Amino acid sequence: MVNLRLVSLIRKEFIQIVRDPRTLALTFVFPLVMLFLLGYAATNDVKNISLAVLDQDRSAESRRFLDAFRTADYFHLDFFVSSEEEIRSLIDSNQARAGMIIPPGYADHLTGGRNAQVAFILDGSDPTVASTALAAANLIGQAYSTRVLAMRMNRVGQGSGLDMPLEVRTQVLYNPGMESAHYMIPGMIGMILQFLTTLLTATSIVRERERGTIEQLIVTPLRRWEMILGKLAPYVFIAFFDTLEVLSAGVLFFKVPINGSLGLLLGLAALFLVTTLGIGLLISTVAHTQQEAMLTTMFTVLPSIFLSGFFFPLAAMPRILQWISYLVPLRYFLIIVRGIVLKGVGLAAIWPEVLALSVFALVVMTGAAIRYRKRLD
Amino acid sequence: MTPVIRADGLTRRFGSFTAVDHVSFSVEAGEVVGYLGPNGSGKTTTLRMLLGLLRPSEGRAEVLGYNTDREADKIRGRVGYMSQKFALYHELTVRENLEFYGGLYGVRKNGRVEETLSNLELEQLQNERVAVLSSGWRQRLALGVAIIHQPQLLFLDEPSSGVDPVTRRNFWEVIYRLAATGITVMVTTHYMDEAEYCQRVGIMQGGRLLAMDSPEHLKATLPGQVWEVHTPSLMEAFRVLERMPGIRRVGLSSDYLRAVSEREITPETIQRELSRHGIEEVEIHTTRASLEDVFLFLAGSSI
Repeated sequence: MVNLRLVSLIRKEFIQIVRDPRTLALTFVFPLVMLFLLGYAATNDVKNISLAVLDQDRSAESRRFLDAFRTADYFHLDFFVSSEEEIRSLIDSNQARAGMIIPPGYADHLTGGRNAQVAFILDGSDPTVASTALAAANLIGQAYSTRVLAMRMNRVGQGSGLDMPLEVRTQVLYNPGMESAHYMIPGMIGMILQFLTTLLTATSIVRERERGTIEQLIVTPLRRWEMILGKLAPYVFIAFFDTLEVLSAGVLFFKVPINGSLGLLLGLAALFLVTTLGIGLLISTVAHTQQEAMLTTMFTVLPSIFLSGFFFPLAAMPRILQWISYLVPLRYFLIIVRGIVLKGVGLAAIWPEVLALSVFALVVMTGAAIRYRKRLD
Repeated sequence: MTPVIRADGLTRRFGSFTAVDHVSFSVEAGEVVGYLGPNGSGKTTTLRMLLGLLRPSEGRAEVLGYNTDREADKIRGRVGYMSQKFALYHELTVRENLEFYGGLYGVRKNGRVEETLSNLELEQLQNERVAVLSSGWRQRLALGVAIIHQPQLLFLDEPSSGVDPVTRRNFWEVIYRLAATGITVMVTTHYMDEAEYCQRVGIMQGGRLLAMDSPEHLKATLPGQVWEVHTPSLMEAFRVLERMPGIRRVGLSSDYLRAVSEREITPETIQRELSRHGIEEVEIHTTRASLEDVFLFLAGSSI
């Protein structure tokens, strides 16, 4: 027989969600907005760094060196200036991110077999851009000087051709284009699941308390497990919808390949949801108003995003933060979702994370169920 | 026959504050019982204990023969409760609210929602969202929610807060129709006129139940006389009577004073006392005690 109490509660929740424009926007539009923002704007792939050039040598050699920079994707030679001050002022006004000075006598030094120097000036305020620019400039410089060296040896008759003694052959597995979007979008599923389910569960329960309807629910024969399940079920549904929504948009617009099993991904998303819904339930037991619930959710979710490895690699963090990150459920889910989507791995590769999530699910739900009483005191 | 409600030394403390202080009473089947007292006197806390929403700190209560603390589950399906804040979902329509609560109570009977809609004259509004209803209609619907499962006992907690007097009277007609079908009703209020509608009234003050009896008996037991004192110098007269020996209490009632005195006091003694203080233009006549007099008298002597 159908559980009429449970069905009634779930039906009521859905009516409330569908008739509240704010909840609707948060549930269905917000994930897409986040996806496009992160997919397009928050990319770590630094390209087209604006470069200001002061070429005081004006020789064929200096132009050849500049060509090496021009052909690499990293730089855009936007400005040719006539003084060092101009470079500084372009960087100060954010028109250029880096500057290069080729001093007079560059060609003479080079052809004369001596050591030629080139200055590279960098705006370090954005470390991501700066480190990419620095690495790129070094690399282009080294490659260029290797070529010069080889040519010199050729000229004295020692070398034959441009054979290098060592070559590192790299092969990038899984995301060969190393595109940030491919890495960020699966992670976003985790972030959105956590944020939305925790927030919506907490506020929907606290709203009942704020309006005084919780008292009325308690005096009905609705059992505690029915109340919990009825309150959570609609958000499980929404969470799965959002997961598929984000994945589809990721595949369609950002060409994210789904290499692993979608079924496994959804199954483990369900496991992760037990924890996030449980956290929402726990928050609802301490918050008295919807505003309090929202703030508490922020305080819980935001740090966990930073400690999960969503934006910043965990391996680069201080040891103490790495330890704390073991307490963040999202950390495990990110490994799982990135593993399945990008690497196409199965359970065998991610079972420790699955185990960790299971422990979280058990602990959080038990705690929430104990705290969530069918009484007012 | 066992009483529908029996409270025995029911007490509830919140920290060092005693909200309900050793309250004992019983209610028989079919009665309409009022619980009168100012805000914060412990009425709602008493109801919440009877419903098993709060644990008593001391004492015990039985509702429909079940212990409220241990057997709340058995009580819940059989009683209805209308809380102070009408517990309605504003996004849902009138009908959807009734269907929802009906579902929670496991009401599978066909036509029960229609029956409730028509009993409360809500058919016309059944597809309106609660958000657009006036407080009078919300009150009706909240009552509908409380009786959708045809309970034996109905708790109404300040059902008329924020509702105008005409609507209040109509509401009480509905309550009496319900009582006529055998439902026991316990209602808290701070409106004296509402208390007058009840067969028995309990008077609460500071967490204690000062008296519980029919309105007539309560008025009859008021020791002394009630006087209406009409005078243009209201405030001066008030101050004089306040200090006059033999006057138990005096209160301002719209445009005249209402004084409760000991039996020996006559209109002449009052007149003489007022005139001694230069208040001459006075008209005094005796009047019947009201529930308010009883309440003020009991509350005054309990402090």
